[in-house]
Amino acid sequence: MTDSTQAAESGQANQAATRIIRITREPLDDTTVRALVRQMTQSSDGGIVTFEGVVRDAARGKRVQALEYDAYPEMAEQEMARIADEVALRWGATHIAMLHRIGRMTVGECSVVVVVACPHRAEAFDACRYAIDTLKATVPIWKKEIAEDGEEWVEG
Amino acid sequence: MQVKIRYFAALRETAGRSDDTLELPAGATVANAREQMAATHPALARLLPVCAVAVNRAYVAADATLTEGDELVFIPPLGGG
Repeated sequence: MTDSTQAAESGQANQAATRIIRITREPLDDTTVRALVRQMTQSSDGGIVTFEGVVRDAARGKRVQALEYDAYPEMAEQEMARIADEVALRWGATHIAMLHRIGRMTVGECSVVVVVACPHRAEAFDACRYAIDTLKATVPIWKKEIAEDGEEWVEG
Repeated sequence: MQVKIRYFAALRETAGRSDDTLELPAGATVANAREQMAATHPALARLLPVCAVAVNRAYVAADATLTEGDELVFIPPLGGG
């Protein structure tokens, strides 16, 4: 961990950053997320930002009952790893986790978790925002809205 | 030559299957494959024009040339997050 700490402190590319990248069918529940954050905490990190994407009950004026996510898993993990590399390089992140659940999820369940640890909070916030925004734009994952009046694969 | 197709999301449901094999002439491009698939599976024809394309897990342009054994995936509008 000495190398990654030094790289982060000097603001250089952090090739030694720890990455946890996963497409999973398992629930991303509170226990899982807390364990992930604990696992990513080291003494040189002053800021750890966690983003959780959660299934909400309405979209485009429809009452959503559930979402069903699908992914091209091999490519999705490869693209998420690419984002993690970029986050390590640009913001000196020491730990990056990107997990996306697939399968059917009901309202309130977590579909995606991004955790970024950096020496300072500003970088951690910016890096986490970049990671989830880029995931949504480039990673081959899809969602189907299941509402009272039917089902539909939707963008965004 | 043959390329392997994998279907996901709306394409998988519309095609009613997860994978397929496409027979194409040597030197065929992604655009050629798209035309042939639309002709073979009219139900997919509506979806294919809005799809991005990946070959061997990397995004490519429509004029990319395919080779024997490639894994070709049409990527409908994304919905991750």
